[in-house]
Amino acid sequence: MCLAIPGKVISLENNGTGKVNYMGSTVVANFSLLPDLKVGDWVIVHAGFAISKLDQKEAKKTLKLFKEMEKLSST
Amino acid sequence: MVLEKSKKLPSSGWRSKGTVEKLLESIALETDYLNRPIKLMEVCGTHTMTLHRYGLKPQLEEVGVEMISGPGCPVCITPDYYHEAIINLLAEKNNIIVCTFGDMTRVPTRKGSLQTFVPKEGSKIKIVYSPEEALEIARENPEKEVIFFGAGFETTIPAITFTVKRAYQEKLKNYSILAAFWLIPPALEALINSKELAISGFIYPGHVSAIIGEQPYAFVARKYGLPGAIAGFEPTDILLGVLSVAGQLRRKKPEVDNVYRRVVRAEGNPEALSLMDEMLEEADVDWRGLGIIPKSGLKLKSAYSQFDATRRYGLKLAPVKIIASGCRCGDVLKGLITPRDCPLFGRSCRPDSPKGPCMVSYEGACLIEFKYSSGVAK
Ligand code: SF4
Repeated sequence: MCLAIPGKVISLENNGTGKVNYMGSTVVANFSLLPDLKVGDWVIVHAGFAISKLDQKEAKKTLKLFKEMEKLSST
Repeated sequence: MVLEKSKKLPSSGWRSKGTVEKLLESIALETDYLNRPIKLMEVCGTHTMTLHRYGLKPQLEEVGVEMISGPGCPVCITPDYYHEAIINLLAEKNNIIVCTFGDMTRVPTRKGSLQTFVPKEGSKIKIVYSPEEALEIARENPEKEVIFFGAGFETTIPAITFTVKRAYQEKLKNYSILAAFWLIPPALEALINSKELAISGFIYPGHVSAIIGEQPYAFVARKYGLPGAIAGFEPTDILLGVLSVAGQLRRKKPEVDNVYRRVVRAEGNPEALSLMDEMLEEADVDWRGLGIIPKSGLKLKSAYSQFDATRRYGLKLAPVKIIASGCRCGDVLKGLITPRDCPLFGRSCRPDSPKGPCMVSYEGACLIEFKYSSGVAK
């Protein structure tokens, strides 16, 4: 029911839906709860509805933090 | 589910082995400083799944952190009598189509499950992935009456509510919902107040928070002095959450941290929140195991009562005594026992012969325990 990982928006239709690519497979999702979505955005889809857009900057920040932590452990 | 089953972790990214080890080390430093083991509740069933799938539970125990599952499985906390009301309706009335999520159909009740009982002629149960499919079935079958039976937290409530809004706009006469809508923050407060459980803090559910944001948990820190962190569903996400909570305990500065900023905004999802506000109102509802909790549910406002299956069909949602099967889901959901403490676990209660919803739902603690451990009762 809840896809915990984000998928990538590959198309927008005019009826408020669009297609999302999940590691190669395509699902149709309703975008009405995220009216500003664009092709190329990454989204979390739950029960057929996109509920949150992935903030790439925040994702990179966390991954960078992990890298730094690992560096610390190797010194 | 797309995540792979393997407990082997890759060398970089959200499941990086090095990062997992480093996070565990950092958590160990915090618990060393605290000089006592800590007990945290992971509220969400999907967190429970990650913890088991990647073998994190024993690793956390080694660094002094015990994780207990909470009430975060909507199928599990929905009392039997919701199912029984639907079963009764389908057994009495022709030409009704009840649409629901797959795991709802397998929950055992005194009257069997939605999957096993025999509906009246022309009536049936249909499994859907999205509530929108139910709406589409209503549009395509004007001669039938379609009910969407949906259990969900704040994550799912907007999707189901959206279909009612559409049905209202389209003046659809044959669509309604049986809403089992549950709200996480009031349930947390009830758990804290029950005092049956000594928890040091919470890992808040990532996708419920994507809708409601950070503020609704503020009372946990302010009023009860308990720390918490909103976390995502990768192994590193959860460990980062645990590290944050342990740090808050050490500093004696409880707050609502958000270590899932890539998905959860402080303000949540404004579009979803305003839809809920527009169409729903608070209700006192009955949680399996937890009982009636004031304002812990939502129902359609009276302006939309024609879409509310309970009012439309006069469904009786009267609390009944728990069935005598011996199922202890209620205590599992409160975090009082682990699935293995249930005498039926792995014996008469197994995924192919579930005795309770916690062995049915993908987010149910008993099914998760069964799947990722040997499955045989110790
Ligand atoms: S093991 Fe089965 S009977 Fe026991 S609490 Fe879990 S679901 Fe209920």
